[in-house]
Amino acid sequence: MTTTSPETQRRKTSLFGWLHRHPRVKLGALLIAPTGWFGIVYFGSLALLFSYAFWSLDPQTGEVVKQFTLANFERILTQPVYGAIVFRTVGVAAIVTVVDALIAFPIAYYMARVASPRRRALLFMSILLPLWASYLVKIYAWRVILAPNGLFDWGFKQFGFDQFGDIFGVSDLSMTVVFIYIWLPYMILPIYAGLERIPTSYLEASADLGAKGGPTFRRIVLPLAMPALVAGSIFTFSLTLGDYIIPALVSNTQFIGNVVYESQGVAGDIPFAAAFALVPVGIMAIYLLVARHFGAFDEL
Amino acid sequence: MTVPTLSGDRDASRTAAPTAAAAVRLEGVHKRFGEVEAVAGVDLEILDGEFFSMLGPSGSGKTTTLRMIAGFEEPTAGRVLLHGQDVTGKAPFERDVNTVFQDYALFPHMTVGDNVGYGLMIRKVAKADRARQVADALRMVRLEGYDGRRPGQLSGGQRQRVALARALVNRPRVLLLDEPLGALDLKLREEMQIELKAIQHQVGITFIYVTHDQEEALTMSDRIAVFNRGLVEQIGSPAEVYERPRTAFVAGFVGTSNLLRGEVAERIVGRAGTYTVRPEKIRLAAPDDAVADDETSATGSVREVIYLGPDTRYIVALDAGGELVVTAQNQSISSMEALAAQGRAVRLIWKRPFNFPVGD
Repeated sequence: MTTTSPETQRRKTSLFGWLHRHPRVKLGALLIAPTGWFGIVYFGSLALLFSYAFWSLDPQTGEVVKQFTLANFERILTQPVYGAIVFRTVGVAAIVTVVDALIAFPIAYYMARVASPRRRALLFMSILLPLWASYLVKIYAWRVILAPNGLFDWGFKQFGFDQFGDIFGVSDLSMTVVFIYIWLPYMILPIYAGLERIPTSYLEASADLGAKGGPTFRRIVLPLAMPALVAGSIFTFSLTLGDYIIPALVSNTQFIGNVVYESQGVAGDIPFAAAFALVPVGIMAIYLLVARHFGAFDEL
Repeated sequence: MTVPTLSGDRDASRTAAPTAAAAVRLEGVHKRFGEVEAVAGVDLEILDGEFFSMLGPSGSGKTTTLRMIAGFEEPTAGRVLLHGQDVTGKAPFERDVNTVFQDYALFPHMTVGDNVGYGLMIRKVAKADRARQVADALRMVRLEGYDGRRPGQLSGGQRQRVALARALVNRPRVLLLDEPLGALDLKLREEMQIELKAIQHQVGITFIYVTHDQEEALTMSDRIAVFNRGLVEQIGSPAEVYERPRTAFVAGFVGTSNLLRGEVAERIVGRAGTYTVRPEKIRLAAPDDAVADDETSATGSVREVIYLGPDTRYIVALDAGGELVVTAQNQSISSMEALAAQGRAVRLIWKRPFNFPVGD
């Protein structure tokens, strides 16, 4: 059996003692790996994306010309098709966000304030479990559900609605429905967390002061849940904004992501892809600034 | 201290009170949470304008009882009447009572002024009128000029006052207070006790006050209901509850538990049963001191001396068995003399009527 000599013992404790007396060094040692990764990989790629956006592609050689130009942005602004794609993407993202909020709020409210612990756990499971399934599997499942003679179509035909398959199938409406489904958990969970943080006594105090359910909801619950609602909307909005698989698989339209994908893959025009990829980044920056202006982050 | 009255008139429906009924009446009220019976059959009658305290340890059912009066809980059985009207199934917003919550429950996203004016706004009181009433209410709790602040910017004592103003501005006929001073430090608590009592005098509203602090209940109340295990053990004025506790529990909870039981009681008092004597009624004397005809006495030795500043508490082990606590003012003895009593043989003497039987 070996015993630690008093010498090593002292050295060990003195190292930890030294770290204890220098909390900044300790913190630095702890954070260097994650912040380093974040700084280099994350901000580095963003910086690269940013610089590529201001370069161009030589049409003859197919080489990237590393010279400052605004040509890519000029193309985005002058060719109407790109404007239409941006408009469509933002529009669908907005619709998805609003519908998700409307569906998520009652579910989250029920989970946070009404359901028994058992039922709450059950609901949590049913919300989290689909997140473990592959995103692609869920999209294909929805294709089957929405296809002509699929589950929806068949069900509606039983009641004499024959044109259902024409409305859904591969269409913008189907795409929106799938988006709403796919991102719903990302709206429910923050709202649930926000509602759970509201003490019951606030609601009791409101009722005690004469307010029925409606005014209590409008004046107490909604304002206090607003930061959570904004947090959820950032998820649903930005996730829809950046997606290109659902538009490709469930509809015939193009999203910003599809253009980026095709520019760099099919056309090999990475500078243009980079420039167009900056559009959603810009939109999200504006979105966050507006949210901050309305005090959505005051509670953070 | 001057306390301005609340301005404005009560609306007609409020003044049309049913005949001289009690402000609050509870009839056989039970509340069961799953397996736990929190309130196990409470009958109470609280008079109009009374300062009524519900005193008891945590889990004794006092807060649940208050919440049933407010309408936050519905009784499993029994009836709740406010001014003669059965409100058992009614929602909180249908009852003419307001509550001061233990955690104050101030709305953090609203200013102090909006918090206080919330009930008035809900009742659609005109804006100018509302502003005046809010200002009056804030003046009453000595927080003039605080309307623009957020609850997060106030100290605990100030939040407590805002909560009080927010409830009182609605001029309820009954105000419910759920351990409102529990979160304050001792000095502030004592100040607020006096202030609350003054405000209650001023507005003439029935106060129902839940507390686990016996001193607070004794200081402030017109009457006290002592709760234990979901039942009311005794109702009476502070003096009655303190001087004549009906049960061993009340004797112990309101004051010091000084019980003489069974054989010990038989040897000292002369009869079997459970008896109690308040510690300040007992005189500490030498073992051979004379005992008058109207006095009872017991010999023992001082087991412990606890010096409390103005008083000293002696725990005396009785020769007959058991213990009694004696408190004596340090009027003519020093702390050294008091502490030297440790281990000394003594005789405890008290007037015969000061020991009385209590139920178990």
